[in-house]
Amino acid sequence: MAFPRPRPARPELPRQRVQTLQCGQGAVRAARFNADGNYCLTCGSDKTLKLWNPHKGTALRTYQGHGYEVLDAAGSFDNSQICSGGADKAVALWDVTTGQVVRKYRGHAGKVNCVQFNQEATVIVSGSIDSTVRCWDCRSRRPDPIQVLDEAKDGISSVKLSAHEILTGSVDGRVRRYDLRTGQLCSDYIGSPITSVCFSKDGQCVLAASLDSTLRLLDKDTGELLGEYTGHRSTTYRLDCVLNEQDTHVGCASEDGHVYFWDLVEGSLALSLPVGQGVVQSLAFHPRLPCLLVATQGQVTLWREDTFQPEGDPS
Amino acid sequence: AAVESSDSEEEDLVSYGSPLQPLQEGERIKKPVPLQEQTVKDAKGRYQRFHGAFTGGFSAGYFNTVGTKEGWTPSAFVSSRQKRADRTVLGPEDFMDEEDLSEFGIAPKDITTTDDFASNAKDRIKEKARQIAGVVAPIPGTTAFDDLIGPSKITIGVELLRKMGWKEGQGIGPRVKRKPCRQKPDPTVKIYGCALPPGLSEGSEDEEDDYQPENVTFAPKDVMPVDLTPKENVHGLGYKGLDPSQALFGVSAREHLNLFTGGSEETSNLLGDVRHSKGRKLGITGQAFGVGALEEEDDDIYATDTLSKYDTVLKDEEPGDGLYGWTAPKQYKSKKRPEREFKYIGKVLAGFSLASKSSSPIKVYPPPSLPRNYRPVHYFRPVLRAGNANSHLQKALEESTGKLESDATHQSRHALNAAQRREQLGETELKGPAPSILEYLSEKDRERLKEVKQASEQQMKAKIVSQQSPSSRFQSPSPEDATNKWRMQLGEQLVNAGSSDFKPFAKNPEKQKRYENFVKSLKQGEKDRLERFLDPNMTEWERGREQEEFFRAAIFYRSSNSTLSSRFTRAKYEDDVDKVEVPRDQENDIDDKETAVKMKMFGKLTRDNFEWHPDKLLCKRFNVRDPYPDSSVVGLPKVKRDKYSVFNFLTVAEPTTSVTQATNEKIQESSSLNKPKKSSRWDVSDKEKEKKDAISEFISLARSKADVQQQPPVPATEECTTGTTETLPTVVTDEDKNQEEESRRPPMDLFKAIFVSSSDEKSSSSEEESDEEQQPTTSERESETTKQVDIPDSSSSNLQESVTATTDSGTSSLPTSKQELDATEEFGPKLPPAFSSGRFCKHLDRKEKHRKIRERHKTKKERKRKKEKKKKHKKQKNKGKHKNKKSEKDSSSDTTDSSDSLSDMDTTGLSPKELLRR
Repeated sequence: MAFPRPRPARPELPRQRVQTLQCGQGAVRAARFNADGNYCLTCGSDKTLKLWNPHKGTALRTYQGHGYEVLDAAGSFDNSQICSGGADKAVALWDVTTGQVVRKYRGHAGKVNCVQFNQEATVIVSGSIDSTVRCWDCRSRRPDPIQVLDEAKDGISSVKLSAHEILTGSVDGRVRRYDLRTGQLCSDYIGSPITSVCFSKDGQCVLAASLDSTLRLLDKDTGELLGEYTGHRSTTYRLDCVLNEQDTHVGCASEDGHVYFWDLVEGSLALSLPVGQGVVQSLAFHPRLPCLLVATQGQVTLWREDTFQPEGDPS
Repeated sequence: AAVESSDSEEEDLVSYGSPLQPLQEGERIKKPVPLQEQTVKDAKGRYQRFHGAFTGGFSAGYFNTVGTKEGWTPSAFVSSRQKRADRTVLGPEDFMDEEDLSEFGIAPKDITTTDDFASNAKDRIKEKARQIAGVVAPIPGTTAFDDLIGPSKITIGVELLRKMGWKEGQGIGPRVKRKPCRQKPDPTVKIYGCALPPGLSEGSEDEEDDYQPENVTFAPKDVMPVDLTPKENVHGLGYKGLDPSQALFGVSAREHLNLFTGGSEETSNLLGDVRHSKGRKLGITGQAFGVGALEEEDDDIYATDTLSKYDTVLKDEEPGDGLYGWTAPKQYKSKKRPEREFKYIGKVLAGFSLASKSSSPIKVYPPPSLPRNYRPVHYFRPVLRAGNANSHLQKALEESTGKLESDATHQSRHALNAAQRREQLGETELKGPAPSILEYLSEKDRERLKEVKQASEQQMKAKIVSQQSPSSRFQSPSPEDATNKWRMQLGEQLVNAGSSDFKPFAKNPEKQKRYENFVKSLKQGEKDRLERFLDPNMTEWERGREQEEFFRAAIFYRSSNSTLSSRFTRAKYEDDVDKVEVPRDQENDIDDKETAVKMKMFGKLTRDNFEWHPDKLLCKRFNVRDPYPDSSVVGLPKVKRDKYSVFNFLTVAEPTTSVTQATNEKIQESSSLNKPKKSSRWDVSDKEKEKKDAISEFISLARSKADVQQQPPVPATEECTTGTTETLPTVVTDEDKNQEEESRRPPMDLFKAIFVSSSDEKSSSSEEESDEEQQPTTSERESETTKQVDIPDSSSSNLQESVTATTDSGTSSLPTSKQELDATEEFGPKLPPAFSSGRFCKHLDRKEKHRKIRERHKTKKERKRKKEKKKKHKKQKNKGKHKNKKSEKDSSSDTTDSSDSLSDMDTTGLSPKELLRR
């Protein structure tokens, strides 16, 4: 006879500040976990990119080579490469160990707002304020992108990838999902300029944050609204939104120096995390743990659940 | 009898070689040793293998050492006292190996037939004939067997000839009193196989006045058989492949060339004999092989076989002794070229005759040196036009030139055009694909051309009519006659004009038909019946006009026909310039969606599904099967639309924007708080509207009236909601309103900002003015409301504004930095400031410093950029503004602008365009 499955543990939210990284690289434009969540990347406005162990609070490496602010970065699945995009309109591919730029893709006409690797780190997808998404080939040496997705009418603020989908959020108020498998483009109209999009972990939903201070959870297949989350303030800046590791809560940075978490199903505000005085710009949620990376102004803070013992080994 | 016969047969048999050992019973036949296992050993039983280059590839001496097993023993050494070594003279043999002295060595000791006695192939003629035959023969090289079988003695004929004093390389016949090398058979008389009669050859050339002793006679020159075999193989000219006969006899490859440089008999004999006197090893040589190890001659393996070695011209044998080679100066004996070669065969135009003498080569004269004060302007002489010129003068001129109009034959010669001359000469036409240039013109252009033509005709006619009346008094031939003459002339010219392709009146088929008939009759010379084809329903005047028109069309066609048509080719593919590619599917109407979003009815209403074609490589990289494996489309499928379709340009001013604009203005008037801020690119409605397809446009147009009532309350409601949630209502409403205005901005400013560089500056400056004007009001407002300014959770942008407002009077550097920030982050959501603006009072100095540093950095870095230039301007303007603001705060924007311009005047880097604008 089958035992009933153990009741899933009540999802914990990061409430406790564990680490504070003084990045020393100007404003931190983005903080991103790597694929397994053991390391993180911070993108500074002083043209540098830094690799950290946020759990120990140690800086591991500085990557220099961008010509202007670094606006986004992502690590490859095997932690061997980093891609980054900056205000110098370039997308750079870095070697993690040597710290050298392996390739630089030029072609965007404006600041590169967001970059992502695909699953096998063979393609870099970058979105720019020139309203295009470009797919760069990491395998060949061709200098031009594999494909340019120029359907957006305004700048791309956020790009996320799944195994076979490219999700883009644009300032023209649309969330576009390019499905490579079915060869379809689904364009959902939100209205307000989109600041951040992300897939849910189960790949069924799309979370979109927009400048009308609202987070919306949309069904990926139908585009129906599943939830709406308000309470934070996002009217001016490009702020990140996240889902937690179990898809139970959605989180979003706010311009009032807080990070807000809502219950995904109920839509009720679950947590308001006071981070600092300035605008919380970037958020990154650990892929497996209730662990949140928050970038505000010049520093990055790591937040864990209440039960977490800081001196213990961060599994 | 049978046995006897068999016996006799056995006796008759001749056996060669040694018989094989008879096989033992049960013994198996030995397998032959495969080639790679066969070894060659020398006399001492050593493997003869390659030993390195220094020994010539062989092991030398005693295991590559000198001497013997014991070492080197000088042969001259005698160690006894009694016997003294006598001096011996060493010959070459003393330095040779014993292999060299063996049968196949370089100095064989055995008795061999020397060249003197061997019937070596000195019979050049025969050899050459054999070589040719060997090449041509079905099996190349079969003639080699002739040498094998052939007698080893000299034939009796040769012997007899020799006894008669004949030597090899000479011709046969009585000796002649000439230089043998100058002998040259007359090309017209070909004699094969034997020498020329002396008299003939003597008479052919006698121009050389070299010293020729009287008593010296020369043998006649040998004659080469001429190879008349056709070339049937696919080798290059002169290539012969590997000739086995040559290989067997070791004739060097140089003699290949002897075949072609046939004249150099003596030299080749000289060289060849020297070479052949050595007992040369047999071996295969040829162009296709390198130098083998057994080869002693490796002189010309790297010789490049240049084309200069071969004949390029079919001609007689090279004169001279051949020592000079091809580059030697040739003797141009026959300088007189037959003029027949250049004789023109063909028809001759009337009035022309063939030249009896060939024209001397054209002498090129250098252009005259221009005088210093020469001005390259040409003044045209007054040209007499048929229509309006003085007819008397014209006539006089014509008479003076001797050109009589009535003389048809005279005229025809000079009035011929290229096509007619071509016709007379019987030449073929240049192949031009289209007969008329008109064909290349579009229908519209053709129409326009015609209109212009007609208009000019009308004008001309009017002129003629007006001038005819005075001129007719003097003119003896009536204008009717003149036109008739002209017509006749034209008719002759039109003979060639195939007007079937030329349809100037294609629009009017009846007229076209009439025209065609007209042209046909013109061709046939039925001048009187021309009128027959004209429309009888027309009036006289109309008919005349049409006739004129036809004439002109015919002339026009004729002139453009052959000259131009050959220079154009028809486009392979039609490029439709009026079409543009637009995405097939458009994200449709935004208004529906807006309302749907308002009603939170996400789903079908807000979703657009398109067919999207990912790149094949992208699919590959994503490990996804290509959803459209057969299509070559990438991205959204596109369709062609009319470029100049009215729908593409039909940008109906969106009523919602106008309405909101109006409301905004109202708000501005009422509160004087909100002025339009920076134009932003994310005003969605405008952007979307531009690309909307026609139908949705109409729909939006239709809906506009309905929306007028609906739209206005929207910002108000938003205001309310945000106002209630926030603790700082005024500021937030400011924000929202700004937001609202940003999204409702008319597109004009946007376009200006994007496309016009100077206007961009202007507009931005005006915007900043509005900002500037806005800031004090906000500060006033804030001071009025006595809000505490340092509320931490107020929006940073507003705080910035307030900061600038408060620090406005103090310093002017801060606003500039702020505007610079704004300028750099113009599009999309901004990036948050680097440092907190919450406790700005404390951080103020720090922030300022930081910004200053940053600014300085930027100015250093991007000084060359235009953007930077703009920024500078802005700064300048700001400074000017601040100065102005002190004096007249609420002056109109025009005055500030003019003062701006004044302040700008002394600054550098003003674009001329902007100066013009002001």
